Amino acid sequence: MNADDTKAEIRNLTMAYGSYLVMRNVSARIKRGSVFVIMGESGAGKSTLLRTMVGLQPPQEGDVLYDGRSFWELDEDSRRVELRKFGVLFQSGALWSSMTVAENVELPLVEYTDWSPGDRRDVVRLKLALVGLEGFEAYYPSELSGGMRKRAGLARAMALDPEILFFDEPSSGLDPILSRNLDELMLELRDSLGATLIVVSHELASIFTIADDSIFLDSESKTVRAQGNPRELRDHSPDSKVRAFLTRGEFTGPAATT
Amino acid sequence: MPETASIPVLVVEHTSPEVLLIRISGDCLNQPLPQCIELVREASKESPAIRYLEFDTTGLHGWDSRFVALISRCITLARDHNLELRCEGLPEGVRRLLRLAQILPGRLDAHRGVVKERFLQKVGERAIARYEGTIGLFTFLGQNLLALGNLLRGQAQFRWNDALLIMEESGPRALGIVAMINFLIGLILAFVGATELSRFGASIYVADLVGIAAVRETGSIMTGIILCGRTGAAFAAQLGTMRVNEEINALETFGISPMEFLVLPRMIALILMMPFLCVFANFITMVGGFSVSATVLNVTPEIYWNRTIEAIHLNSFLLGIVKGSFFGFLVAYTGCLRGMQSGYTAAAVGEAATRAVVAGISAIIASDGIFAVLCNALHI
Repeated sequence: MNADDTKAEIRNLTMAYGSYLVMRNVSARIKRGSVFVIMGESGAGKSTLLRTMVGLQPPQEGDVLYDGRSFWELDEDSRRVELRKFGVLFQSGALWSSMTVAENVELPLVEYTDWSPGDRRDVVRLKLALVGLEGFEAYYPSELSGGMRKRAGLARAMALDPEILFFDEPSSGLDPILSRNLDELMLELRDSLGATLIVVSHELASIFTIADDSIFLDSESKTVRAQGNPRELRDHSPDSKVRAFLTRGEFTGPAATT
Repeated sequence: MPETASIPVLVVEHTSPEVLLIRISGDCLNQPLPQCIELVREASKESPAIRYLEFDTTGLHGWDSRFVALISRCITLARDHNLELRCEGLPEGVRRLLRLAQILPGRLDAHRGVVKERFLQKVGERAIARYEGTIGLFTFLGQNLLALGNLLRGQAQFRWNDALLIMEESGPRALGIVAMINFLIGLILAFVGATELSRFGASIYVADLVGIAAVRETGSIMTGIILCGRTGAAFAAQLGTMRVNEEINALETFGISPMEFLVLPRMIALILMMPFLCVFANFITMVGGFSVSATVLNVTPEIYWNRTIEAIHLNSFLLGIVKGSFFGFLVAYTGCLRGMQSGYTAAAVGEAATRAVVAGISAIIASDGIFAVLCNALHI
């Protein structure tokens, strides 16, 4: 992968909560316009890695680079500017509960564009239509189902036409059909917006559907155990733990026997 | 089944000098096996030659989780005494449960060991946490001032709509409770004053007593405490819940400062609302005082009013207002600080609200003490 192709790079990242080491020396390159999946066992630090990538938690060592530029060496104000290129879908949707669905999607536009209220309203309606929530503008998050909240969260994440979309466990709490729809929507967004998608997931069906590339975080060695296309890893990885994970332990025996 | 079979019986036997056999019979379902642990302990003490622990449960009719837990304690005890276990005599289900709970070997998964903290480590970690808490207190103040600076320069991500809504919630909507408490405080002060002052024939000075107390102290303190329980706790709970729901994270990932967007409107709302509430509280306290004076001491409204006006100096009145505003700041500060520091669980939100109220009330009373000393020194 040459440098121009790299949208984001995780460089020697070490994370810890107090004296508890979460991960060490994690490195990866994420190709522009690809779907990159961070997978691994529960507690392997997938969400922590995502939090560091979106600026919520500073790393103990290492850095994240976007378009070749260091993210964590920026001062706070410049980092805030950088953040406008991101869209993040949190596990629960994380809609602002005191605002309606439309206000949720509109707030980033109010803060960062000088569009007229009419333009903003049109864009909000479009983003909500993209996630199948047209007509729910005036609803409050508490009036929506879990799946709808998640979709509204996605509409909000897309509000500023982000270059990179982050997803934290997008399939959790969704039924198989909704989960499948979300996968298709994510691929559609990658193709139509040209965005890079970074997804934390351990939902195998979804991983095989969407991922172009992936890393497997290991909770024992606390670092990247494998990197590559998940299908190829499943079929050809020399590491039986990785194969076991990607086949739900069905073909290579229980994970810890390795 | 014979009646005796339903009573659990435990016998510890030495089948050979090296083997300790625990024979359990009867029905252990919902029935305790008394002194099992003690018996094993004594037997292993009495005969140090024992090397094996065996079970015989052929006469056992039923068992439940309590039975399994008891056996697991026996096994732990046996391990401590370096006895080798022979569990073949236990029912198949019990063996499987023990294996699943990783008491017997054979479970495939890795077992996460419990790391025991040393005393000094605990003390050190607590001290560091305290230190960081104190630093956090001042960091939060600094962040507030920066946010305020941004607001004054017109660069803050601040919505006056939010601030107005919070003002409405913490101001006009609190009038009822502020009125009730301060009216009662007025009554109480007047009653105390009336009984004491009437002994010297000075009961007209009840108006002075109530007026000065209300304006200098009770008006602002009581309103501060009411707001602390009502609004400070609400702030902590709101922000804590937003933390749990990742709403604050969502703001941050959009580059929107939670300090400017969430904390600043709350601080400003309370600092602006408190003076009004204090003036209202002062007035209501005097009404309370007057109603006692009028009914018990037969004082006319005119006289009461004149005495009050005469007693209260502008300085005292302004002091009350300044104190009220400062208490408003303290309530908002502790509420927002605790809310922003809340953990990610429902229990953490509850704790944040509790800590906000405790810290708020303590801060109000402590700072009132400082105000009193300062006023004395400055002759206000």
